[in-house]
Formats: sequence, C-alpha cells, structure tokens
Amino acid sequence: MHMHKYEKVWLVFGIGCLFVFLTIVGVSAFAEGNQPPSCLTTIDPEKVDQTPPFNKPGLVKTGDNEYQLNIVASAFAYTPNQVEIPKGAKVTINVTSKDVIHGFEVVGTNINMMVEPGYVNSFTKTFDKTGEYTILCNEYCGAGHHMMTARIKVVDKQ
Amino acid sequence: MNETLKVDRRDARLALAHIYVAFIALGLGGLAGLLQTLVRSGKFTLPANISYYTILTTHGVLLGLVLTTFFIIGFQFAAISRTAGTFSDRVRFWGWIGFWTMTFGTAMTAFFILTGQASVLYTFYAPLQAHPGFYLGLTLVVVGSWMSGFAMFAHYMKWKKEHPGQVSPLLTFMAVVNMVLWLVCTLGVAATVLIQLLPWSLGLVDRINILVSRTLFWYFGHPLVYFWLLPAYMIWYVVIPKVIGGKIFSDSLARLAFILFLIFSIPVGFHHQLLEPGIEPFWKYVQVVLTFMVVIPSLMTAFSMFATFEMYGRSKGTTGLFGWLRKLPWGDARFFAPFVGMVFFIPAGAGGIINASHQLDQVVHNTVWVTGHFHLTIATTVVLTFFGAAYWLIPHLSGRVMTKAMNRLAIIQTVVWAVGMCFMSGSMHFAGLLGAPRRSAFSTYGNSPQALEWIPYQIAQAVGGTILFIGIILVLVIVTNLAFFAPKGETEFPVGEAAESTERTPLVLENWKLWIGITVVLILIAYTIPFIDMIQNAPPGSKGYKLW
Repeated sequence: MHMHKYEKVWLVFGIGCLFVFLTIVGVSAFAEGNQPPSCLTTIDPEKVDQTPPFNKPGLVKTGDNEYQLNIVASAFAYTPNQVEIPKGAKVTINVTSKDVIHGFEVVGTNINMMVEPGYVNSFTKTFDKTGEYTILCNEYCGAGHHMMTARIKVVDKQ
Repeated sequence: MNETLKVDRRDARLALAHIYVAFIALGLGGLAGLLQTLVRSGKFTLPANISYYTILTTHGVLLGLVLTTFFIIGFQFAAISRTAGTFSDRVRFWGWIGFWTMTFGTAMTAFFILTGQASVLYTFYAPLQAHPGFYLGLTLVVVGSWMSGFAMFAHYMKWKKEHPGQVSPLLTFMAVVNMVLWLVCTLGVAATVLIQLLPWSLGLVDRINILVSRTLFWYFGHPLVYFWLLPAYMIWYVVIPKVIGGKIFSDSLARLAFILFLIFSIPVGFHHQLLEPGIEPFWKYVQVVLTFMVVIPSLMTAFSMFATFEMYGRSKGTTGLFGWLRKLPWGDARFFAPFVGMVFFIPAGAGGIINASHQLDQVVHNTVWVTGHFHLTIATTVVLTFFGAAYWLIPHLSGRVMTKAMNRLAIIQTVVWAVGMCFMSGSMHFAGLLGAPRRSAFSTYGNSPQALEWIPYQIAQAVGGTILFIGIILVLVIVTNLAFFAPKGETEFPVGEAAESTERTPLVLENWKLWIGITVVLILIAYTIPFIDMIQNAPPGSKGYKLW
C-alpha cells in the first residue's frame, strides 16, 4: 500500500508521541505507584455493619502519622459525614457500599473512587494543607443522589 | 441523471423512515437536555414533581441510543443501496422488520422511562433495578438493529458474488465494517441484559453480579461511540471530497483506517472502569494501551481530510501554505456543518486521551468534564456531520431540492450550534476540573464553598443549552422542509472517487476472517483473565433497588 511521504512523517510523529505518552502513564503507574484505586477485597454488602472495619466506621490511627479512614456509603449518606484529619497525616481511605453503586470524590484532590456493593475500594493520600474539603457522590444512585455529601476538615496538630 | 446513481424509491422509503424517527428523538431528547441545563442553573425547578433523573434518562436514551442508531442505520441503508445497487425484496423486507422492531422497542422503553419506572439513566447500572419492560424494550432495539445489520451483510455478499475478484464500493465496505463492529460489541450488552438484568428484574433470580454486569456493559459502551463516529467518518472520507469537487485521498488507506477501528475499539472497556475495585491495575493498563491505538486511524483520518482539502485548493491554482483554505465552499452547508464538526474533534480527541489515562482520569472521572467531552465528540462532531449529511440525503430520498434560503438557514444553524456548544461544553469542562459531578441535579452540597465555585459555570451551561435548543429548532425546521415542503427535483447523493494516482486497493482488506479473527483474539487477550478473576472472586450478589 502506497503511503505519501508526508503521511509517513505525520504518523511517525503521532505514533511516537503516543508511545511517549503511554510510557509516562505506565512509569507513573508501575514505577511510582500512581495506580488507580483497584482494591480487590470483597465484602458481603448486606453484612457491612457487622464486618470490621466497617462495623466501626471512622478515623483510626494505625501508626506514626498514619491513619485509616473507613467510610460506609449508602443511599444517600456517608458514615461518618464529618471527619477531622490532622495536617500532614497519611490517610488510607477504605470505602464500601451497603446498597447501590456510589461515587466517592473529595473535591479539589485526586481522591476519586467508584464504590460498589460487594467490594472495598481504597486510596491513600497525604493531607498537606489545612482546610475543609467536600466529599460528594459522583455516581448516580437515586433520587437523593445530589444530596449525598460529607466533609473532611484538615486541622493543625494540637 | 444516471439511473444507477439514485437510491431506489422503495429503499429510500426505508431509509427515510429511520431518519424521521431519529429527528423526532432529537426534538424530544433536546427538550429534555434544555430542561436539565435549566435545572442545573439553580434558577428553575421542574413542574409537577417531574424528577430530574427521569428527564436525564430520557435525554440519554433518546439522543445516545435512539437518534444515533436510527440515523446510522437509515444512512447506511441509503449508502449501500446507492453504491452496491438496489436491495432485493427480501433484504428490504428484513430492513422493515428491523425498523419496526427497533421502533416498537423504543416506544416501550420510552413508556417505562416517562412513567417513572426506569429512572436508571441510559447506562442502567445494577443494582438499581428498572421495570423489566425497560430492559425488554432496549433488547428489541438491539435485536432490530441486528436484523438490519444482517440484511446489509446479505446485500454485501450478493454484491461480492456478482463481482468476483473486485473490490467492493468504499461506502458499502465502510458500512459493513461498522455493522460488524456493532454486532461484536452488542453481544456484551445483550449478554448482561438477557442473562443477568432481565431474569433479575422479573424476579426469577434474586441477586446479580455487579462487576460482571458493568464489565459486559462497557465491553459494549466504548465501541458504541465508534459505531456513532464511523458513519461520520464515512461522510468525511467519501462524501465531502465530492461535495467540494475534489477526490478521495486514498481508497486503501481509508479502508485500513476502518479496519484499525474495528480491531482497536472493542478490547478497551476498562478505561471506563479505571477507578473501579475488583480489577487488577495491570489489566486496566493493558486496555489503556489498546485504547490509545485508535489514535493511529484517527491521525490517518485527519491527514486524509486535510490532504483532500489542500489537493483540491492547489488544483484550483492556489499557492502558499494555507492559500487552499480560501477555495473551500464555505457557503455550502453540506460542507460547512461537517467541517465545523471536524474542527471540534481536535479538542474532543485530546480530551479523550486525558480521560483514558490512569492518573488524569482520577481528576475528571464522573465529573461534568466527561459530559463536556462527549458533547464535543458525539453532540458536535458526529451530530453536525449527520446534519450536514441530512441536507443532501433527505432531499435525495424525498425527491426534492434544498433551496438557497434553507442552505443559508443551515449555515446559521451550524454557527448557532458551535456557539452554544462552546458555552455549554466549555463551561462543563471548567466546572469538571473544579470537581462538579456529572449526572446530578442542582445542589450546593450544604453550601460548600467548593461547590459554590462552580455554580456560575452551571449558569453558563444553561445559556449554552438554550442556544443549542434554538439550534435544534432550526435543524428541525430545515429537515421538515426538506422532507415535505421543499421544491420537487433531483438532489445528488455525492460519492467521491479516489485520486487517480492512488494504486489498486489490496484485496486483503476485505479478508473478514482475518480481521474478525484478530478482533476476537485481542478481545480474548484483554478480557479473559480479568473476567475469570471477577467470577472466581465474586462477592455475594446484589438485590435490586428502586431508589428514585
């Protein structure tokens, strides 16, 4: 098949960019650990309230400056819906759903997860800046979907 | 005019029937869209307790599924009849059966949505559970499209038999590729609907595997967008060169691009599931790599288009780097509308690359940025190209001609659409970067200062949505005129010819066993292991919920 010289140049340039781009995404994901939230832990969606750690949702200190934040999503609320986090804390957020699919987005950060019944999803983030962050549901879950929200307050350590 | 260059009147009726349903869907779905943007401005509430999510489901189903599928099948019937000859009675009969099956399915789905029994959006994610009639209606739409697809295949095979050793007409070939793509990808959605959702909504089984259902949906959901896009590419590759008076840059490269789309548009559904639990990140990355491969045929298409434009301009004696731009027929809506669509595809494509990348998707996933993205791709690039095609296709089929006044109105329509979309999609992109979620009624999230930041963009979306609705009224005026009121006469169905310098098209491009084989192998590579994992490590299934 004949290909015009300019088209070859154009495609070599384009495909070259493509590979550079894929390499950047791949290195960031596999070498630097910037993988999307892909937790493989499963849970019985009807027994969330009895299954640790979701039987006692909230912030748990797990190490020096390290925390776990366990959140239960259900129509149309997050439990807990107010969380205070000390500034500089490295927090692993675990979240699961008791009913339908929900979203878990912390506005202004790159914390963004799908929350699906039967699965735990998880993302780790260090909160470096004080302030108030809005959590909201960004996957349609029913009539009250747009009311489903919670807050994170990042505060200076006492 | 030569007899063979005209679509037979009986075939024309079949094509027109599809196009009528498509434009009725545009009117109703567009009205729903207008209402959504008004609700999201925060200044307007829907009367009579109508739910925002009912309207949203209506909008998605009518415009994403009905408008597109009907227009595409109607256009492809016309294109095949025009380039591969009049249909046999049998092919046409199956075309009509397909049409009525799809139309009946659409009416059924619409009934259950509008009566509030299926506010599950057009992606119908379980465990939200709609009335079984909703799933059944959608099944009929898909089954009807299969009948039409097989009618097209039968006609293509008859042509091949009558013309041994010859390369099929380019438009027919492209339509066949698109229907093969459609057939392979709809198997996924048919599987989740028939095996999972329908028995579960009927109460035959209690529980459903959520992740399997979503994965089957997205196995269909991404190739779906290429099913929308490829007919626009048919018009760009084959029709536009003729409209401007030029030649097709290369027949074989056009076919190669279509084959690449077939191969690379299916094993990529995980890029819609990047932020999902239960799928190994390695497999997500594999599918991201495959996703990006469609950049190659897209770049080939961009090159071909501009090469055709430049070759034509230079043949008219223009010089300089961009002198050829002046020679293009800017006053011809058949060219202008699709051209504006092409221009919008540049930012739209770049946005798509962002959405499909692991780390960037994390910022924009399920924000209104994504809505802004596909209002550029489907609702501008594809739709403006379809409008541009309707301006010659409808009068060709109805035996009428487009008047100068209608052409001028069509130019205005295109400009109105472009302006409206800049407002609406532009502000959606900006609001999405601030974190505004998609698919949500108006909310300040308890007066959250972060949410208050994006409210002004929602007002801009309502301005854009209103301008776009004016665009819809204009196009409906034009289309009604062309179908029923324009002066009688002959309108050309423009089909371009390849430039003389291009060589014979290799027959390997029509080796279906090879290309479908490669497609299947790639699908198996991309999906087998993660799919087995999903089933083996499945959590307890979910009961149905009606939360609207």
